[in-house]
Amino acid sequence: MAETNDGLASDEPLLVVDGLAKNYGRLTACRDVSFTLYPGEVLAIVGESGSGKSTLLQLLSAQLAPTSGRVSYRMRDGVLRDLATLGEAERRFLFRTDWGYVHQDPAQGLRMAVSAGANVGERLMAVGWNHYGRIRDAASSWLERVEIDTARIDDAPRTYSGGMRQRLQIARNLVTEPRLVFMDEPTGGLDVSVQARLLDLVRSLVNELGLAAIVVTHDLAVARLLSHRVMVMKAGHVIETGLTDQVLDDPREPYTQLLVSSILPP
Amino acid sequence: MNAPAYNFAYLDEQTKRMIRRAILKAIAIPGYQVPFASREMPMPYGWGTGGVQVTAAILGPDDTLKVIDQGSDDTTNAISIRKFFEKTAGVAATTSTLDATVIQTRHRIPEATLHAGQVLVYQVPIPEPLRFLEPRETETRRMHALGEYGLMHVKLYEDIARFGHIATAYAYPVKVNERYVMDPSPTPKFDNPKMDNCAALQLFGAGREKRIYAVPPYTKVVSLDFEDHPFSRYRFDAPCALCGSEDSYLDEIVTDDKGGRMFVCSDTDHCESRQAQGHRGTESAAPHKEARHG
Repeated sequence: MAETNDGLASDEPLLVVDGLAKNYGRLTACRDVSFTLYPGEVLAIVGESGSGKSTLLQLLSAQLAPTSGRVSYRMRDGVLRDLATLGEAERRFLFRTDWGYVHQDPAQGLRMAVSAGANVGERLMAVGWNHYGRIRDAASSWLERVEIDTARIDDAPRTYSGGMRQRLQIARNLVTEPRLVFMDEPTGGLDVSVQARLLDLVRSLVNELGLAAIVVTHDLAVARLLSHRVMVMKAGHVIETGLTDQVLDDPREPYTQLLVSSILPP
Repeated sequence: MNAPAYNFAYLDEQTKRMIRRAILKAIAIPGYQVPFASREMPMPYGWGTGGVQVTAAILGPDDTLKVIDQGSDDTTNAISIRKFFEKTAGVAATTSTLDATVIQTRHRIPEATLHAGQVLVYQVPIPEPLRFLEPRETETRRMHALGEYGLMHVKLYEDIARFGHIATAYAYPVKVNERYVMDPSPTPKFDNPKMDNCAALQLFGAGREKRIYAVPPYTKVVSLDFEDHPFSRYRFDAPCALCGSEDSYLDEIVTDDKGGRMFVCSDTDHCESRQAQGHRGTESAAPHKEARHG
């Protein structure tokens, strides 16, 4: 039994997923997905294209309504609530405060025409911050944390490189100190050295802030670097789940073995 | 009434009823944009088709109409619309702000304080204050519905980041009745404080965008700002060159090709009535002569 508040929080699951399924007509995008995510835990969802990873992420983040099953989330007041019962206002509020969503393409997660500072500050303004100086200070300290030169705070992200955009998107999401971050192929489309730096950054931020994260990726290296646990999906099913090292070093399912063996040895 | 081919005030009665229903709804929900079935008017979009339809719908035979364009009663747009209603409705027209019961305006609120019983009709080109930040109509409607207005501050933030101060000088966003954020049409932000707790009814019509919205009399209208960058009214360095007014909105008028210029009230009625009361500015000799011509 934990005595402190912190201990108590990590004893209780943050996200509980129970029998989740989604059909598009006759097509089953995913089914029978159940798992529990605890605060500070990073879960990777791996699988090939079309295996239902992205649909699952959208279901988990309440952007899609499931055909059956449910997703429950422990709100900041400690109450576990079924996401389907949240009103639209509550869901959108959750999305811009307690959650983060990092898109594969930063152009989808950023406002490309407004400055980096305003991109980071938008969530703060959305929750009622009304002091320019403080918003700017928060934005510049976050730019520093994601290793973007603060001299570029007034430049629009369309003048940024791919790697910088992705880091800016992460800063924009983390500024309200969310407890859960969804990441959809966060390193997709970046070259290898930039990927390595970004992964390093994400890993240290996750540790520092005690974030829980769900990372969808087809890249097993990303899963190995970032995640504590891995779920392997194939054709809408979760075929294997377990601790990252265990699954990747000693895969049981033939499909997982295939995935692991298809990585070129370093 | 010399145009029997038209119904009173040009529009047919069913259309006027439809517009009045939209107006009533708009008054009931201050600042909310009510869609309406905007008609083709005998003038191009951008010339005030929205304002003209609202005016046509509320005009009665006893009304006295004033039309201003940038504060002036005697520019093309103002004269055309005034003539239009003189012809199709036969109502009395005036240039006096105090005598008018209906004032249709483009880009200004008169300097004279409006009184109860008056209606100010604005011509609106783009009713959606969030438009340039969020292009999706479905999304902006949802944002209005849920009161998510953080994005409006992003615009003001950008101004300060770029120019050091809130550089938005017209169409400055306001919050109406502590609920809806509204675009006050392209009036200069100088006029924003006049909207707050105004005794007159304020109606906004956007013809091309097919929206009507309203601020009922005595409604709270607050200009958005930051704590450390509060809303400030534009201030002019010099008084009006004709009437010496120090608290009105001024137009710059180029007087020669050697860089000569003077600043005069944009509200012509305000300026003329001040001159009639004996107020004089630095250049007051000439306009006196002009007034006799008029």
